Amino acid sequence: MKRFVAIAAALGLGLAGGLAAGAAKAAEKLKAAWVYVGPVGDFGYSYQHDLGRKAVEKALGDKVQTTYVENVQEGPDAERAIERLARDGNKIIFTTSFGFMDPTIKVAKKYPNIYFEHATGFKREKNVATFSARFYEGRYVIGQIAGKMSKTNTVGYIVSFPIPEVVSGINAFMLGAQSVNPNIKVKIVWVNSWYDPGKEADAAKVLVSQGADILVQHTDSTAPLQVAQEKGILGFGQSSDMAKFAPKAQITAITDDWDPYYISRVKAVLDGTWKSTDTWDGMKEGMVVLPPIQNVPADVKALAEGTMAKITAGTLKPFAGPIFKQDGSQVIPAGKELDDPAILSMNWYVKGIDDKLPQ
Amino acid sequence: MLEATILTIITAATPLLLAAIGELVTERSGVLNLGVEGMMVMGAVAGFGVALMTGSALLGVVAAALAGMALALLFAVLTQTLVTNQVATGLALTLFGIGLSGLAGERFVGQPGVRLQKLDIPGLTDLPYVGKILFGQDILVYFSVVLVLVVGHVLFRTRIGLVLRAVGDNHGSAHALGYRVIAVRYGAILFGGAASGLGGGYLSLAYTPQWVENMTAGRGWIALALVVFASWLPWRAMVGAYLFATVTILGFAAQGMGLGIPAQFLSSLPYLVTILALVIISKNRLVMRANTPACLGQSFVPDR
Repeated sequence: MKRFVAIAAALGLGLAGGLAAGAAKAAEKLKAAWVYVGPVGDFGYSYQHDLGRKAVEKALGDKVQTTYVENVQEGPDAERAIERLARDGNKIIFTTSFGFMDPTIKVAKKYPNIYFEHATGFKREKNVATFSARFYEGRYVIGQIAGKMSKTNTVGYIVSFPIPEVVSGINAFMLGAQSVNPNIKVKIVWVNSWYDPGKEADAAKVLVSQGADILVQHTDSTAPLQVAQEKGILGFGQSSDMAKFAPKAQITAITDDWDPYYISRVKAVLDGTWKSTDTWDGMKEGMVVLPPIQNVPADVKALAEGTMAKITAGTLKPFAGPIFKQDGSQVIPAGKELDDPAILSMNWYVKGIDDKLPQ
Repeated sequence: MLEATILTIITAATPLLLAAIGELVTERSGVLNLGVEGMMVMGAVAGFGVALMTGSALLGVVAAALAGMALALLFAVLTQTLVTNQVATGLALTLFGIGLSGLAGERFVGQPGVRLQKLDIPGLTDLPYVGKILFGQDILVYFSVVLVLVVGHVLFRTRIGLVLRAVGDNHGSAHALGYRVIAVRYGAILFGGAASGLGGGYLSLAYTPQWVENMTAGRGWIALALVVFASWLPWRAMVGAYLFATVTILGFAAQGMGLGIPAQFLSSLPYLVTILALVIISKNRLVMRANTPACLGQSFVPDR
């Protein structure tokens, strides 16, 4: 009898222990982490991702604990940073730059129980999802505005690296500009950095001295727009609304709103419904947002807003045929449009661009 | 177009030149401070912050120099008084500076800054072609050129310069002769910090008047390399800084004109050309040996 009591007690204890552990687990916060290529204070791309992280904290409150690592170099450093976050017990890790693609996949294979989300890439695994925004939709719109607004018919375009996201942006811009102004020229300068305010400003000044009267950037700092403001010309912001830096120069900006996506993905982990998916949302879903258009005449504003409405409704596709490459060969005939894989792997320029694409 | 290009080159060269001249003096005293990037970025955030709060870009410039000096003082206490390893301490100083500036500058992000005014002398600044280049710069550009002349003069034509170089070349002998090695090095480190801070302040007050984290983007390292390739001679550092800026800007210009030269090649060109040019002008081994501070990076502990 005594023995039976002892066993029952032991069982009871064990059971209670198990229950206690369960309770502790429920109260434990889900850890989510973000990896940024630039500083959160860049007021551009990484800043915008960090707004998304803060939105997750706000929406899910006690249930999550978020961290981030900023200024992570694309390459071996990224692998180390991601792996450390994995070892620190994060359940979901967002890696937010194209160059983090291979490091993310590598670490994901080592940690099959952790979910990874890679931005702007194309490699997926069972535990790696990808997400991106259709930035090019916004670039088509600003292309139209630039085509209407340029007096010198010359646009200066400052870019970072020749990856598909950037190249499709240039092409969409050019197609938009050509749709309203067949004589438009685009001068392209690669600064080989996502983020170097000094270099971006230098490139901007050089382009202005070569006759550009509209500046477009696919780099992350506000420097080119500041140059536009100083020189009395127009430009477009990137990633964030940069109107404060260039109130007279910024027409609009291509901003990314990651908040809804991040909240839904972290929620999915909490609910146990996370799956590897491939998300590519645009204006329709509210992932690409253009702040109110200013510094242009009413008719140009109306044109741009009309185009945005058509893109949102799905009746206008920026990459609808006919599209020709620089050498004149046809990529897609009239009546058809480029499919997503073709846009995601774009490594050619459309006809009319004067630059040689770095390979 | 030529005028605009030259103006852009001057802006690009000035922060490199300021930081390089400061580090050159530090290294001439035998101290290797790898914290240039950290001191620059602290100068950038302090300059921006003070200018924003007081509305005066000039006060910002002063603050930038003081911030660089403050970080340099930390380096001096660690390496000279506490005799820590200079390489490790310098690297740590850079990391510390980048981190601290990010923290201090958090509330400055996204705020338009105060721009350092350019000189405007009626009559002179409006001169065709040369007016804006010679008479239309901000004070830091003129200061950087004057600094090269003054440092060159002091190093090679004055007693202070002689003592500084003696300390850098043979601290044992300098000490035996009764010179206060540690005090001289403190001075040289602080000077280097102030100049690096100014270089950073130039970025956040004149180059791109804004504060964003890490905005120096590696310029401190380029300045460090310039000092070595300039074989520790001020005028060569100036040649190096301007050459680097010129090739960078011409690379952008070539891209804008659509010359079809690969962009990656153009962006590596400033490094190649600068190294090549400075190696060629430094090929005289005697000059090189005479100008390399023999005690560079070595700690000094007076034995009595």
